[in-house]
Amino acid sequence: MSHFLDRLTFFRKTREPFADGHGARTDEDRGWEDAYRLRWQHDKIVRSTHGVNCTGSCSWKIYVKNGLVTWETQQTDYPRTRDDLPNHEPRGCQRGASYSWYLYSANRVKYPMVRGRLMQLWREARATKDPVEAWASIASDPAKAAEYKTRRGLGGFVRADWAEVNELIAAANAWTIKQYGPDRVSGFSPIPAMSMVSYAAGSRYLSLIGGNCLSFYDWYCDLPPASPMIWGEQTDVPESADWYNSSFIMMWGSNVPQTRTPDAHFMTEVRYKGTKTVVVTPDYSEASKFADIWLHPKQGTDAALAMAMGHVILREFHLDAKSEYFDKYVRETTDFPVLVVLDARADGSYVNGRFLRAADLEGGAGQANNPEWKTLAFDEKTGNLIVPNGSIGFRWGEKDSLVGKWNLEPRESLTGADAQFRLSVNEIRDAVVPVAFPYFGATKHPHFAHTNHDEIQIRNVPAKKVRLADGSEALVATVYDLTLAQYGLDRGLGGGNVAASFDDDVPYTPAWQEKITGVPRAQVIAVARQFAENADRTHGRSMIIIGAAMNHWYHMDMNYRGVINLLMMCGCIGQSGGGWAHYVGQEKLRPQTGWTALAFALDWNRPPRHMNGTSFFYIHSSQWRHEKLAMSEILSPLADPKDWQGTQIDYNVRSARMGWLPTAPHFNVNTLKFAKEAVAAGKAPVEHLVAGLKSGKVDFAFADPDNPVNFPRNLFVWRSNLLGSSGKGHEYFLKYLLGTTHGVQGKDLGEEGGEKPLEVQWREGATGKLDLLVTLDFRMSTTCMYSDIVLPTATWYEKNDLNTSDMHPFIHPLSAAVDPAWESRTDWDIFKGIAEKFSEVCRGHLGVEQDIVALPTQHDTPNELAMPEVRDWKKGECELIPGKTGPSLVVVERDYPNTFKKFTSVGPLLDKLGNGGKGISWNTVHEVEALATLNYTVLEDGVSKGRPRIDSDIDAAEVILMLAPETNGHVAVKSWAALSKITGRDHTHLALPKEHEKIRYRDIQAQPRKIISSPTWSGLEDENVSYNAGYTNVHELIPWRTVTGRQQFYQDHPWMLGFGEAMCAYRPPVDMKAAEPLLGKRQNGQPEIVLNFITPHQKWGIHSTYTDNLLMLTLSRGGPIIWISEVDAKKAGIEDNDWIEAFNLNGAIAARAVVSQRVPEGMSMMYHAQEKIVNTPGSEVTGTRGGIHNSVTRTVLKPTHMIGSYAQQSYGFNYYGTVGANRDEFIVVRKMAKIDWMDEEVDSDAQAAGH
Amino acid sequence: MSYLNDLLFGVYPYIAGTVFLIGSLLRFDRDQYTWKAHSSQMLSNAGFRRASNLFHIGIIGIFFGHLAGLLTPVAVWHALGVSASFKQWVAIVLGGLFGTMCFIGLTALVHRRLNDARVRANSSRMDIVILLLLYGQLILGLLTIPVSLFHLDGANMLTLMAWAQHIVTFDGPGAAAIAANVGGLFKLHLLLGMTIFLLFPFSRLVHVWSVPLGYVKRPYQIVRQR
Repeated sequence: MSHFLDRLTFFRKTREPFADGHGARTDEDRGWEDAYRLRWQHDKIVRSTHGVNCTGSCSWKIYVKNGLVTWETQQTDYPRTRDDLPNHEPRGCQRGASYSWYLYSANRVKYPMVRGRLMQLWREARATKDPVEAWASIASDPAKAAEYKTRRGLGGFVRADWAEVNELIAAANAWTIKQYGPDRVSGFSPIPAMSMVSYAAGSRYLSLIGGNCLSFYDWYCDLPPASPMIWGEQTDVPESADWYNSSFIMMWGSNVPQTRTPDAHFMTEVRYKGTKTVVVTPDYSEASKFADIWLHPKQGTDAALAMAMGHVILREFHLDAKSEYFDKYVRETTDFPVLVVLDARADGSYVNGRFLRAADLEGGAGQANNPEWKTLAFDEKTGNLIVPNGSIGFRWGEKDSLVGKWNLEPRESLTGADAQFRLSVNEIRDAVVPVAFPYFGATKHPHFAHTNHDEIQIRNVPAKKVRLADGSEALVATVYDLTLAQYGLDRGLGGGNVAASFDDDVPYTPAWQEKITGVPRAQVIAVARQFAENADRTHGRSMIIIGAAMNHWYHMDMNYRGVINLLMMCGCIGQSGGGWAHYVGQEKLRPQTGWTALAFALDWNRPPRHMNGTSFFYIHSSQWRHEKLAMSEILSPLADPKDWQGTQIDYNVRSARMGWLPTAPHFNVNTLKFAKEAVAAGKAPVEHLVAGLKSGKVDFAFADPDNPVNFPRNLFVWRSNLLGSSGKGHEYFLKYLLGTTHGVQGKDLGEEGGEKPLEVQWREGATGKLDLLVTLDFRMSTTCMYSDIVLPTATWYEKNDLNTSDMHPFIHPLSAAVDPAWESRTDWDIFKGIAEKFSEVCRGHLGVEQDIVALPTQHDTPNELAMPEVRDWKKGECELIPGKTGPSLVVVERDYPNTFKKFTSVGPLLDKLGNGGKGISWNTVHEVEALATLNYTVLEDGVSKGRPRIDSDIDAAEVILMLAPETNGHVAVKSWAALSKITGRDHTHLALPKEHEKIRYRDIQAQPRKIISSPTWSGLEDENVSYNAGYTNVHELIPWRTVTGRQQFYQDHPWMLGFGEAMCAYRPPVDMKAAEPLLGKRQNGQPEIVLNFITPHQKWGIHSTYTDNLLMLTLSRGGPIIWISEVDAKKAGIEDNDWIEAFNLNGAIAARAVVSQRVPEGMSMMYHAQEKIVNTPGSEVTGTRGGIHNSVTRTVLKPTHMIGSYAQQSYGFNYYGTVGANRDEFIVVRKMAKIDWMDEEVDSDAQAAGH
Repeated sequence: MSYLNDLLFGVYPYIAGTVFLIGSLLRFDRDQYTWKAHSSQMLSNAGFRRASNLFHIGIIGIFFGHLAGLLTPVAVWHALGVSASFKQWVAIVLGGLFGTMCFIGLTALVHRRLNDARVRANSSRMDIVILLLLYGQLILGLLTIPVSLFHLDGANMLTLMAWAQHIVTFDGPGAAAIAANVGGLFKLHLLLGMTIFLLFPFSRLVHVWSVPLGYVKRPYQIVRQR
C-alpha cells in the first residue's frame, strides 16, 4: 500500500528466524519486483528482420510496448530441416539485437531536411516561378549552384515538409529530363534482397521516368568476375546448411564466426562429425581458431598458393595416378576436353588462342546455326572430332532436330551418339610443340616478392593437327593439356620450365610459392593432398568458403580462379557438401523474376536503363584524371603493346561503344530532344542516331565527361551509405562529383603530366557535377551529411517488405511493428509521393515523349553471341550495327504526366510479353489476373484503369510473390517447362510436387517459408539435398551458360588472351603509386611507415548496424580504428590507442591505432564503413576532417571486366562489368602530433534560410 | 522586526520541519527509484574516497553533536554533572575536530563537483545547490567557534538549546523570543540549517534516512514471503 507504512512493523513480528538464526523469513514489500516483471511485458510481438547486406536474413521477434519498439529477440520457429541436419535457428547476432536502438536514437532522421542555402534559393525562386522554372533558375546559375554545393558536408540543414521537398525533387528531375535527358537522373541502391520493395520503389520510379539504376554488387567488389567467366553465373553458392554435408572445409579469406555469425554453427557442428577445417588468412582471424591447419600467406598472394595446390592435385590425382571420379567429372562437366587452337609465333613457338569452333571446319562441321559458337572435342570411342551437345551455340536459334541439344549429355550433337570426350591429345598427338605462357611472378613491386623466372615461359605441349575450312592445318590441344603446362607439370615431353618434383623451383610448384607467400611447401602439399583425397573418396564433399577479402584485389580473378580450379579438378562443384561457397552479401534475391517486373517497371516499358556503378563513379568522380596505373603494366608479355594502347577509361569508352558495357548518360545529346528533332525532320530516331554517331556529330558522354552536358546531374541514394562506405576514392567524390571540401592530395594528369587518355576529351576538371543529391535514410549517415536533401525513411521495424539470403532457403518479411516514427515514411510511400508530385509539376514541360535507350548486349539473350571477334566500328573495322557491333538502340515511349498512375498499377506488358529471366520466358496472364483479385483494380479513369493496384508496400510484395516461380508453384512449373524446351530434358519434376503452393505476404509473417526450386538458380530446394550451386548443372545436365556450356578453366576472348588471363596465373598486386610520393613530404616530427591497406568487415557492424550505434561502439574503441602489427607499431613509435594518421595521394584518415599480434607485419586493417561523423578529429595532412576508409583508396578498372557480347562475358546488371577493387593500396602511417577536433562554431546556414 | 523574527524562528522551523518529514515520506512512497545517494564515484574516482570519508565522518559527528547537544534537556546535563562551560569546551573541541575533517572533505568534493567535467555534466542543479548550502552552513558553523571562544561560559549555547527545545516542544512564540537574543552569525546558521531541512526531501540527502544499519546484523538469508 505504502512503502513507508509497510515498514512500520515495530509491533508486529515479521521476522521468523530459521536455521539457527542464519536465515529469516520476512514480510517485506515485494512491489519493487514488478519493475523487473514489467520490463519484459509487452503489448505485441511482430515478426521482422533487418534489411541489411549481412547475409543473415534472420527472423526476429520485435516487441512493442505502449506503442514503442522496446527490444528484439531471435525467433525460433523456422520450419524444421530434414532428419540428419541441425536446425537453422537460432539466427541473429548482437549486431541485429542492438538495432532497436536506432528507432528512437538522437541519430534518427525525423523530418525531411534540406540544405539551408538551397532552401533559401528555392523559396526565393519559387515565390515568382513555377517549380520547374524555379529549379532551372538555380541549377543553371553557376553562382547560385556553387552557393550550396560548396557547403555540402558542412552541416546547415533545415527542416522542411513533405509537400515542399517532393516538389523540389520533382522539379529538379523534370527540368533535368527536359534540359539534358532522362539519363541524367540516376539512383543508387544496393542489394535488393535485403528489402525488395524498398529497392523497387526507387527503381520503379526511375525506370518509369527513364533514369539510370546504378549497379552495386560489382561496385562493392563483391561480384567475383571469375564466376561469370567460369560459369556464366553471377554468383551461386551453397546455403550454410550444406556446410554440414561437407567433410573437408577450407575457409579461405572468410571469417565465418565473425561475418556469418548466425550460420557459423553449421561449421562448428560438422566438426564434431570429423570434418577437417583449414583456414587460409594472412591475419590471425576469429576463424583461425577453428582451424586444424592455419595457413597464413602474405596478403594478396593467394593465387600463388592456389596454383601450387593445383600443381599437387594435377600431379597426384590426374596425371600420375588418376582418380576415376575426377576423371569422369572433368570430362563431362568442364572444358578440359575442349580443343584450343595453337597459333604460331614469329620465333617458332606457339601460343594458345581461341577455342576451335565448328565454323573453323569445313561446312561448319554440319552445324548450320551459330557454328562460330560451337566448340569441339575428340571422341575416344570413334576417334572422331565431334561437336558435343551443350555449347552456347545450341542455346539460341536452333531449329528442328537440333532443338533441345543444349544439355550436358555426353553426346555428339548431330547423331545423338554417345561419346567419351578425350581429355588429352597426348595419346593421339601429331607433334610436341613449344608453347609460350605469360609469367607475371617476375614483376617487381616495392612491397611484394618476385621470382627471377622468365616472364615468358616456353613449355612443351602435345598437339594434334586439324584441317580447317580454308584447307590449312591448325594445331590444337585440349584445355587439359594447356592447363597441365600452365601449372608447370613435367609430362615427360621434354623442354624446360616444368617440374618433376614439388621441390623444383619452377612456377607453380609448392617450392616456388614459398618465396611469394611465405607458406612452407610441406603444408601446401599436405593440404592439397588431403583436400583432393577427401573429394575423391566422398565424390566432391570438399568445400571452400571464401569471402570478399580475396576478391578485393585488382587481380581478384586470379585468386578466385585459382581456388575454383581446385574445386573443379576435384569434382566438388554441384555436389552436396562441396563447392565454392562465396559469401559477401545478400545478393540472392530469390524471387528475382517476380521482382524485376515490379522494380524496373517492365510491366510498363522495356528496357530499363541499367548502368554499371564502378565505371559510372570512376568516370564521374573524375578518378580517371588521377590515374597512375598504366594498362601496359598489366598487359601479357606475349601481347604487342602497339595493339593495346590507352588508359583504363579508353578501354571503357571502347567497350561502351561496342555495346559491351552500358553508359550513363548515353550521349552528348538529350535523347528526348534528339528523337523529337528526328521525327520533325521525318527520320526514324534510331537511324538518325546511328548516322550521328558515325559522323561524329553525336558522341558517347564518357568520351567527354567534363563537358557540362554530360554531367550526371541528379542522384538518389537510398538503402545505402554510398559516401560513408562503398565510395572508393571518397575524396574524389567530394571534389569532383559534389564540388565541396575534400582531401585529395595528388595533382591530376593535366598538372602533373602522365599518360592521358586517347579516346577522351581532356578539359579542365569540372567540379560539383551533381545538381541535386537526395538521400533516404533513417539515420544521419555520412552520405546524408553530404546530401542536399535527406528524407526520413521508415526503419526495418516500421515497414512491410521481403528479405532473402544466400545462406538459407527461407523468405522473410519485414513487418511494420509500429508506424514510421516522427515524419518518416516507408521508401514505397516516399517514391510514390515523389512520383505523384512529378506527374503534376512536369505538365507543361514534359508530355508523351520518345526516348532512345542504348542497351548493351545482354547476358542470357540471343544477342550474347553478337561478337565472336572484336571489331570496333569507330576504328572502321566494321559497320555500326546497333545490337551487333554497338549497343542496341531502342525507342521507348515515356508518358511523363502518367508516371504516378503507372507507378501504382501493374502495367499491360506482362500480359502481352510475359515474364521471365535468364534466357527463358513464360506466359503470366493468369498471375496478373490473380493479382487483380488480390489487390483489386484501379477504378479511376486513365492509363491504369482496370489494372491491378499497387498502392501499399504489401501490394507491391504480393506482386513479387505472385509473379516469381520461387514463391508460386504454378509459375515454377511453367518456368521449368520453358527451360525443358531448350535443354530437351524434362525438368518439371523439380517443381511439380509444389505446384499448388503459393506463398502470400501474410504466410511469411506467420512463419518463414522455404522457397520453391526454379531454373533461375542452379541449386534445388527439396527434401533430399541442401541448396548447392551447380547442382542442377551436374545432376540435371543443364549446361553452364558459357561458350562451351561447361565450367571453363580456359577463357578465349582476345582481351583475356591480351591481358594474359586465358588460364589462371599468379599475378602480384598492382602498384598504385599513391603512398611513396608523400613519404617524408609532410612531416610532423613522427616517424612514418608504409603499410598495405586492407578494409575487412568489422566485428561490430557487418552492415547489420552501423558505426554510429552507441551500443556497438561501446564494445569497441568508440570511433574509427586502424589495426597494425606490433612490429610496425614499434618502428613508428606507436602505442595502442594512439591517434594516428593514414594518408596517401588520395586523402587522409585520422583514427586510433589498435596494435595487435593478430596483424602481420606490413599490413594494416581498417574495418570498412566506420562513419566519419563519430569521434573523428581533423587531419594534419588535409586540414579538413579525417576521412573514411575510402579516403585513401581509389577505383581502378580492369579491361577484362569490360568484355561484352561474348557469351558468358556479356553485360548483365550486377552480373558482369568493372569492379571496385581497393586492396592493392598502400598508406603512410604515423602518430599524430596534435589532435584538432575542429569543433569551433561556423556561420550558421540555418540562419541563412531564415529559420 | 518582531514579525519577521517570529516568522523566521517561530514559524519557519515548522514549515521546514513539515516539508522535511512529509516531503520525505511522499518521496519515499512515490519515488522509490530516486531514493538513493546517487554516487558519482564511478565517474571520477581520483581522491574521491578520502574526501568522501572525511566529509561523511565529519558531518556525522557534527550531526550527532548537534542532536545531543541541542536537544538534551539542561536538567539531564545537570544530573550528569556536566557544566555549561565544560559542555561548551567539548562542543568547541569535538565540533572543531569534526568540522575541520568535514571542511577538508567538503572542499575537495565541491571542487570536484564543479570542476570535474564528467561529474559536473552528471550533476543536477539541486546536487550543486545542496552541496554549496552544506558548504556554507559548515563554514558558518566553523565561524561560530572563534566567537564561542569569547563566551566560554556557555550562556549563548544555553540560549540556542532553549530555542531548539522550544521548537520541538511546539512552543513557536517562545522559541522566536529566545532566538531574538542570539547573534547575527548564529541566526544565519539557524536559518540555513532550517533551509537545508526544507530542501532535504528534494535532494539526494534523502539517502540519510536509509543508512543500512540493519545490514550489519542481517542473517545470511532473507526469504520474503509475501
